[in-house]
This record gives sequence, C-alpha cells and structure tokens, in this order.
Amino acid sequence: MRRGTREYGAWSIGLLLVLVFALLPVVWIISLSLKTPTTVGDGRFLPAGGQWTLDNYKVLFEGGFDNSPFIHPLINSIAIALIATAIAIVLAAFAAYAIARLNFPGKGLILGGALAIAMFPAISTIGPLFDMWRSIGLYDTYLGLIIPYLTFSLPLAIYTLVAFYREIPWDLEQAAQVDGATPFQAFRRVILPLAAPGTFTAAILVFIFCWNDFLFAITLTSSNNARTVPAALAFFTGESQFTAPTGNIAAAAVIVTIPIIIFVLFFQRRIVAGLTAGAVKG
Amino acid sequence: MAEIVLEKVTKRYADGFEAVRNMDLDINDGEFMILVGPSGSGKSTALRMIAGLEDISDGQVRIGDTVVNQIAPKDRDIAMVFQNYALYPHMTVRENMAFPLKLAGASKEEIDNKVQEAAEILDLTEHLDRKPANLSGGQRQRVAMGRAIVRNPKAFLMDEPLSNLDAKLRVQMRTEVSRIQSRLGTTTVYVTHDQTEAMTLGDRVAVLRGGVLQQVGSPAELYDHPVNLFVAGFIGSPSMNFMPATLDGDTLRIPLGDVRLADDARQRAAGAQSGQTVVAGIRPESFEDASLVPEDARHSGTTFKTKIDLVESLGAEKYAYFRVEESQIESDELRELAEDTGSAELGATEGQVVARLEPASGIERGTEAELWVDSRKIHFFDLESGRTLADGATAQR
Repeated sequence: MRRGTREYGAWSIGLLLVLVFALLPVVWIISLSLKTPTTVGDGRFLPAGGQWTLDNYKVLFEGGFDNSPFIHPLINSIAIALIATAIAIVLAAFAAYAIARLNFPGKGLILGGALAIAMFPAISTIGPLFDMWRSIGLYDTYLGLIIPYLTFSLPLAIYTLVAFYREIPWDLEQAAQVDGATPFQAFRRVILPLAAPGTFTAAILVFIFCWNDFLFAITLTSSNNARTVPAALAFFTGESQFTAPTGNIAAAAVIVTIPIIIFVLFFQRRIVAGLTAGAVKG
Repeated sequence: MAEIVLEKVTKRYADGFEAVRNMDLDINDGEFMILVGPSGSGKSTALRMIAGLEDISDGQVRIGDTVVNQIAPKDRDIAMVFQNYALYPHMTVRENMAFPLKLAGASKEEIDNKVQEAAEILDLTEHLDRKPANLSGGQRQRVAMGRAIVRNPKAFLMDEPLSNLDAKLRVQMRTEVSRIQSRLGTTTVYVTHDQTEAMTLGDRVAVLRGGVLQQVGSPAELYDHPVNLFVAGFIGSPSMNFMPATLDGDTLRIPLGDVRLADDARQRAAGAQSGQTVVAGIRPESFEDASLVPEDARHSGTTFKTKIDLVESLGAEKYAYFRVEESQIESDELRELAEDTGSAELGATEGQVVARLEPASGIERGTEAELWVDSRKIHFFDLESGRTLADGATAQR
C-alpha cells in the first residue's frame, strides 16, 4: 500500500512535468493573444495592470467575409482538411483491406512504395509542383492543395488501417461469406464497423496533417481562393509598418487550435478499445 | 436439405503439401456425419472445401445436384458454425441471427418470426438484445448455432463447435446439438478431434489420418470392426492396447500368455498364416477381474496373472494398469496416435496395458492379480501394413 502511494506520487509528478512542458507554449500564446499592443513585448506572463483585451480577436473578424484577413482562410482550411480527410479515409480503407486480406502480386511493392512516399521530403516536390500546377490550372485552388495532402497522408492512413484490419479475426469475414454476404457486403457490414476505431484514428492523423500544413499552403496559393490559415498568418500586417502583428497572430493561432481539439475529442470517444470483444473466444 | 458428395477431392497447397488426398465421401440427405481425426488430419480443410472457404485443387464436391467447386460460399446455401463462434461483436444477438436473412432479402416480419423461432429452440429469447461480449461461452455457442439454423440451409457445417466450452457444458451442448439436428433433419457435417463426440453424435463417422480417409461407418462399426491400427487406436477411450502376437494354429501367443482362440475368434485373424507375427489389439473392456467372471463364461477367454501397477477407481468402473514385456511395436500409425495424445513424450506408456474392470473388483495396486481376457474380442492387425486381418471387416457401408 505504502509502495502504491509512493509510486502514484512519482507518476503524478512526472505527468505534471510533461503536462507543464507541453502546455506552457499554449498558455503563453493565449496570454499573448489577450495583451494590448503596448504590453505584448513586455515579456511578462500576466500583463501589467491587468490590461486584458479581446481586440486581437475582434480585428481578425473585422470587415466581414470579404475584408477580414482570417475568415476566408479559416473556411478554406476547414473545407480542404475535411475533403482531404474524407477522400484519404475512403481510399485508404479499400487499399488497407486489400493489403490486409488479399494476396495479390505487387503487394510488397505497394506497401514499400507507400512507405517511401511517406519518407519523401515534401520540400523537394514543391518546385516541380508549383510549375505543374501553374500550367494545368491547379494553382491556387482547393484541388491543388488536396492532391499533395492525399499523397502524403495516404501512406500514413493505409499503414494505420492495415494494422487495425489485421486485428479483426478472419473468421468473422468468412462467417459473413457463408451467411450469404458478397465480399463487399462483408467489408461494409462486418469489417468496417469493427475497424471504426482504426478509421477514426487514421482520420485524426490525416486531418491534423492537412490542418497543420504550411509548406504546400504557402507555395501553391496566392490569394484567399485557397489559402489556408497557417499560410494566411504569414500575411498578417500590424497596425503600422513598424508594429509586428504579434497579438493578432497569437489570437489566430488560438482559434485554429480549437477545431482540432474539438475534432480529436469528438473522435476520441469512438476510439474505444476492445470493440471486438465477444467476437471470438478470448 | 441435400446430400453432399465428395469425389476424389484433393487439397494441395502452393508448396505441394496435400492436406486432403483423394477423398471420397457420400453424405446422405439428413445425415449427421462426423469427420474425426487428430490435428493435421485434414478434417477442417475438408469441411472448409465443402463450405467454399478453401479452393478445391482436384476432384469434385456436390451439394444436392450441383457441382459447387466454382460456386462462392454465399451461393452454396450452407451454414457454418465456427470453432470460435465468429459472432459479429457490433451486433446484438438478434442482429447476429438476422444477418443471413437480411442478406437474403427477407421481409421484416419473416426475419422477426424466424429469429424468434430459432431463439425459442435455443433458449435465447431473453438474450436477444444483448451483445455477444456480455454472453457466456455456452450462450455464444448457441447464438452461433442460431445464426446457422434461421436460414434453413441445405446443410450445417460445424468446425469443432464445442471445443471452446468447458467439459460439463460440452456434454450438455452435445446433446443439444444432437437434439436440434434430429429435430430439423438437416444434413450436417461435424468436425471434431474428440472421439467421444464422434461416437455419441454421429449417424456415421469418417476417420481421417494425414489427409487420407481411413474408414467410414457407424460408431458401432468403427468400434467393432476397425480396418486398421489407426482407427482401432483412435476410437475408444481409454484406447485399445496393442501387443505383438504369434498365431500357432488355434493358439495365440501374446506376452500375457497363450490364448486359445475359439472358431469365431480365429475368423478375426483369417488373413494371417500360422506362425506369422501380428499385432493383437485388446480393448480395455475386454479384460475383467478373473474372480468376477462366471465359471461358464471363462472358457471363451484366458486367465493370466500379472502385477498391477496402478488402479484408478472412477466409481462406475476401475482402470487397472499393468506392464507386459517385449511389447514394442514399430508402427507409424501408433506413433502418430501417441504423438497426438501427447503420450509419446511421457515415454512411460510403452508396454503399458489398461484394463477396465467392474467396480466390484477388489484388485489393488502393487499386488499380483488374476485377470481374464475375452479372446472373442481380440482384434488382429498386420504388422507391416497395419490393416485388419479379419475377413469382411473392411466392408464399408
């Protein structure tokens, strides 16, 4: 018992340290976003004299849809990330199912290729992509961003899903087949519901990847047509030529963090371990 | 409902290994057929070929009048119960049982009625809205059965459905399975490695060894007229005792002593010449405590004295263990059986003989006792081929 409490204490302290380490920058950003332009550079955690302000947030939404520097990119970000995630998950679900369940020539090649793409430095594709997108008209469009996002997130999604599909007992699928299901029915009604936790995990990973991307967003867009928030932040301007837009950037950073927290919390509930419990003897 | 016919069916894997070799088997309409054999004997593979989960390398499988070699499992109209039940964990019991009907496009009322009916047969009515994870092993097993019977398929295929249950429940479910099968009268193929299940459940039993069908027959036929050492050793518990024997006219010399064979007993060794060394197989129940054998029955057998190593009393019967000298028999079939039961590693069973005695027997361990062996019930096998030496016993129904 004594040892138990001591261990508990040690773990608590350890976890607290990790938590502080991880959350300190976030708290700092929040603090920055609430400071006035005069106190933003004072290096203090709490502004002197308690001068909190929400101006930084208000500025972001001033001018409505057309003139606000932030609303349009935010919508772009949400739309592009969601579309890319949806497409990636559908494609990855089929690909991973085939890889986990079927024996076909070139299976190793596909897995190896996927891994190679995941390892590939994205920066080296930027130049050629820029030229290509310019000439075929994909520059500064949603599709122009969704395609490279798919390229780099699919391997991740496929690998995650293959691991989950392999966990599902073969027998379940064969039972479905004997029960009269076509391979597609077996996939849709038995495998897919059981792989839901894996699918949500993959979806979160892909969404975060697309949401956070700066490299493609800054190079392959030129206007609010398709520019996402991370890229738009770089174009924020201060009140005058000589003031840095630190407060506004901090406020925007806080806002873009919110959707991802919601997304993760929303799907986290569905990632319940042991969903397959009771399928087979265990 | 339909008959199932396997004609020269072979399963060959890519590496050339043949899991099932040239198997011929006719399963009649409504029959309860058991495929039994040690692990690796190809029994599950044979079943999975009938189900369509495994390709057929050679030969033909027919269900009813249709050749099903190229037909997908879903179109074969068969139902299968898996060893690990394979219930859909995300569905309730009701949904699990309704699944095959839903896929077949049945109407909602029809599904409700059939599920209800099956649930009543299987005593699952109270559990219809629970998930498999919350059910006990026996209940899960019944749901798996329920999913099979709702559809009224041409045949049930069961792959060791009871092997995951504990001993008591297994006996209970065994009678349950048998009751349901006879009630529905559906052709059933049942795979098991447990010879007790095979003997108690089946109308007929097919014994497999290394992918080759050894013998097909009713449980009594297999028990009374095994065609070879393997079947003889596999069927019956405790298994048959084997020892070398020499025939000398009407006298059989076994390590236990000389046994005079009556005429009908001599028939069982019709294939052997005088002086030839053969394998004698004696079932434990062919022994008896000599003092308990009535005087007028003694002449059909022989008494001998031996030192009893161990006596196990089970209440309804007693098992006496003793040793015989020079009883080594070199046979692949027996070695395989020993490996399957795990007794090969123990090593202690060599030359050990088990006798099943009346509980009234007063024989005690460590004492010299007089036992009687019924010479009419001794089986004879060829030393080389392992085949029975009896006439006509090879006849398969």
